[in-house]
Amino acid sequence: MMLEVIDIIILTLMTVTVIGIVVMRNLLAVVMLGGIYSLLAASIFVALDAVDVAFTEAAVGAGISTVLFIGTLALTTRVEKRPKHKPLLPLCVCIITGAVLIYGSLDMARFGDPNSPANRHVAAHYLENTKKDTGVPNVVTAVLASYRGYDTLGEVTVIFTAGIGVILLLGNWRRGLKPPAPHHEDKA
Amino acid sequence: MREYLILRVITKLLFPFILLFALYVQFHGDFGPGGGFQAGVIFAASFILYSMVFGVRSAQHVLPVGILRAGIAGGLLLYALVGVVDLLLGANYLDYSPMSAEAKVGQHLGIFLVELGVGITVASVMMTMFFTFATWRED
Repeated sequence: MMLEVIDIIILTLMTVTVIGIVVMRNLLAVVMLGGIYSLLAASIFVALDAVDVAFTEAAVGAGISTVLFIGTLALTTRVEKRPKHKPLLPLCVCIITGAVLIYGSLDMARFGDPNSPANRHVAAHYLENTKKDTGVPNVVTAVLASYRGYDTLGEVTVIFTAGIGVILLLGNWRRGLKPPAPHHEDKA
Repeated sequence: MREYLILRVITKLLFPFILLFALYVQFHGDFGPGGGFQAGVIFAASFILYSMVFGVRSAQHVLPVGILRAGIAGGLLLYALVGVVDLLLGANYLDYSPMSAEAKVGQHLGIFLVELGVGITVASVMMTMFFTFATWRED
């Protein structure tokens, strides 16, 4: 009961945040609201007992993404332009997509159902054998780094590629490799 | 940002603790929530905070572009090389068990090393992204 109340409060706050993001034209405020949205999502994950995911969401979604967005705003502009067209068509697309997604969620397994397909496949094997196989108490870490190490290698490759892409797109490969010139701000 | 005295003092106070927390998240990920991804991001956040207050150039005196780029590739290489070592030891790729006499210790060592690789790559990529964004207009 208590958890449901918390869920409803957080989801309401998320909805309010999204409406704020849609209405606002000041992009700096939108980025801040985006960070708040990620923090609320992290709270939902904590309520669902997924602390590792919550940790990532708080650090990446609320932290680094916000900073990178602010960096982008500093390079571009801080105020969104007024749209030239009526928002009717996008609104229709959003409503239809949302309705389809809600229709799809009707068929989803009940939260925490031990007989759902997701819990009957390999999850039980991991939960039973993690301690025996790896001796690591945190099952999430064991699954990520050991059982599914190949997937995580792919994820790191994605991040690697993103980093290389930013370097290649936003600058000269050799730029900044020479030692930076001494400057007086250092003694601050 | 010469005039924001409180910001500068608080940043200097917080900086070592954020770094320490990143290391804790990195090396305690086997026992509690956390791991390479989160630790890398927190580590990068400390340097990003520092460079926002004291300027990117000061941060780059500690972490020059060359070191960050070596980190981007080095973390991924470390991860992939752990798998190659497993292959040479006669196991499947990224099966850490034979890395030590006891399978559990080998698993632990393998998880430790790949998480370290993840942390290095994530931290380097995040810092490189921010530094590239922040210095783009300068030249």
